[in-house]
Amino acid sequence: MPAKGWIEVNEVYCKGCELCVSECPQHVLALDMGRLTPKGYHPVMLIGDGCTGCGICAIMCPEAALTVYRETPQKVSVAA
Amino acid sequence: MDTTLSAQIVYQRPQSLTEATMHYCPGCTHGIAHRLIAEVMDEMGIRERSIGVAPVGCSVFAYNYFDCDFVEAAHGRAPAMATGIKRLLPDRIVFTYQGDGDLASIGMGEIVHAAGRGENISVFFINNAIYGMTSGQMAPTTLPGQKTTSSPRGRDVETMGYPLRMAELLANLDGAGYVVRRSLHDPKNIRMAKKAIRLAFETQLRGLGFSMVELLSTCSTNWGLSPLESLKWLEEHMIPYYPIGDFKVADALKEIKL
Amino acid sequence: MAKELLKGNIAMAEAAIRAGLEGYFGYPITPQTELLEWMSERMPALGRAFLQAESEVAAINMLYGAACTGARVMTSSSSPGISLMMEGLSYIAGTEVPVVIIDVVRGGPGLGNIAPSQGDYNQIVHGGGHGDYHPIVLAPASVQEAIDLVVLAFDLAEKYRTIVFVMADGNIGQMMEPAELPPMRPIKSEYPHWAVRGAMGRERRILSSIYIDPKDEEVTNYRLMQVWNQIQANEVRYREYFLEDADTVVIGFGTAGRIALSAVRAARAEGIKVGLLRPITLSPFPAPQIENLIQRVKGFLVVEMNAGQMLDDVLKVVKGRVPVEFYGRMGGMVPFPDEILAEIQRMSREDIPLDGDPRQRWMKRLAPVIHWQN
Repeated sequence: MPAKGWIEVNEVYCKGCELCVSECPQHVLALDMGRLTPKGYHPVMLIGDGCTGCGICAIMCPEAALTVYRETPQKVSVAA
Repeated sequence: MDTTLSAQIVYQRPQSLTEATMHYCPGCTHGIAHRLIAEVMDEMGIRERSIGVAPVGCSVFAYNYFDCDFVEAAHGRAPAMATGIKRLLPDRIVFTYQGDGDLASIGMGEIVHAAGRGENISVFFINNAIYGMTSGQMAPTTLPGQKTTSSPRGRDVETMGYPLRMAELLANLDGAGYVVRRSLHDPKNIRMAKKAIRLAFETQLRGLGFSMVELLSTCSTNWGLSPLESLKWLEEHMIPYYPIGDFKVADALKEIKL
Repeated sequence: MAKELLKGNIAMAEAAIRAGLEGYFGYPITPQTELLEWMSERMPALGRAFLQAESEVAAINMLYGAACTGARVMTSSSSPGISLMMEGLSYIAGTEVPVVIIDVVRGGPGLGNIAPSQGDYNQIVHGGGHGDYHPIVLAPASVQEAIDLVVLAFDLAEKYRTIVFVMADGNIGQMMEPAELPPMRPIKSEYPHWAVRGAMGRERRILSSIYIDPKDEEVTNYRLMQVWNQIQANEVRYREYFLEDADTVVIGFGTAGRIALSAVRAARAEGIKVGLLRPITLSPFPAPQIENLIQRVKGFLVVEMNAGQMLDDVLKVVKGRVPVEFYGRMGGMVPFPDEILAEIQRMSREDIPLDGDPRQRWMKRLAPVIHWQN
């Protein structure tokens, strides 16, 4: 099962340049045409499932606007 | 043992960036270069002893974006200013951030002599083949035939001369410890660029002399292209003229595994 | 400390070192090169920064960076080199960091020659770099005074966060005189609140000459002018000679002032009531002292080794209330005491007109002296 991930977009920084959109290997990013950031750009958003939290969007982002999360299985010791 | 799912942060904004929003145009790779330098400062834990020197050009306000001490140089003089700081404070990490007009045109004397002296500073050189801040004039790195507002019919090398390959030029000097060219046009190259920035700082930390990372960058506004088209243009036009590569790597750096 | 025979350039260098100099950046140019050479030997031996830059442009910008660390730093040069430093000077003024610069002035314009001159007065005193700023300018007339003024220069630079020039000439730089050096002061242990030295455990600091909003730049200019007002009120320095009963006053600085003193002494021996006002600070200019003299003198004679650059500052104070004459030699020529004595004698004999242009009258008198042919 592929890892499940998601991103948070800080709309103070996002300028809707789409560099992340084009590089997303899962093609799950697009500009949100229904929203404007405080600076007047359409911010990027996750569309649909499939984000693996690979972080490539953040590597491309010129504004450091993205925080990337991934759900990872962790072994928890039951016997405390 | 049980297995549970927990949220792990894969990436977050580096602490060495301030909270300020950058003034660069959407998609400008200056932002990527800033981010990478800040990420490396975080990873190396050098923010508190770093001193940056900002240039004149689009990145003139770079000092607003890094959460470390900063000074602002006159056009092209950042390597001289950095030299003055480094000579007084040899245990600080001193770096300049310069564009192609600043470093390769008006500041040619200062950068060549800083490299020749083996000045123990790190230089991050943004080459986008055009003058951004003054809105699109010919740069010393403008490609042959490239149209700019001051070479409206394209750069004619007969009258306007040839572009300068700064990394190759400076790598020839004995004082240079680490001189490479990288590009910011796709994830693979951006990862390589970050490693190079790390190695430039490592060069300085180890006292191995002058270090410079030339970063091929875009200027979608003045190239007249979208941010995405600009990445493609960089790859197709700039890289053939400005090959990505290591032009000088001091032996002591070759052992570092990143 | 005992007096020793010292060459001006070396004396100024050693004085700076003893004043706690931490960094020197310069470029060789005659007639100040011995200063740089002395630094190249002494500074590294003391574990301090010395660097021979690739140009004066680089030297001033290295100085700019070094000054941003809050350390005591300086450069030195001579006229053509100082011209190259004008860019950096304006940035340093705009960033309000203290630096000391020694200009051992030589004959110009252009490449000129390497003989003593005072032709840099306007460039140094009245700016040179772009924008509104006022450096403090100190003019020594002897090796001892050069030593003392170099030490003072650092204290003033730090007190007002300003540029301080020591404007010597090739004569002061090259001559040897008995003089006493100050004791060695320790390097400072505390650095100012604005110094950029790495943000260790504190908020980051930025030093810049950019104020992108004109409103902020205007406020900055106003602050610079307020500091300048304080400097004008507190830092005027000059020497007076035989002024008590003088009805004619010679005004001259540096080497010209020193030569004028010989002429004044000779004239006194002839019974002429003449005195000398020798400005030590060319900036701030001793205008109040000249103003006071206007009430009781018959005339002024301004003597310079240029075409009357300080003359204009004197005329601005005098405003046509008493006659002013000028005598200058240019291009690296140094006046003999006899030439100045002749001017003093002439002024004691003749009625000098209140109107007219003293510079035009001087040119007519000088033409035969220099064998001028149209």
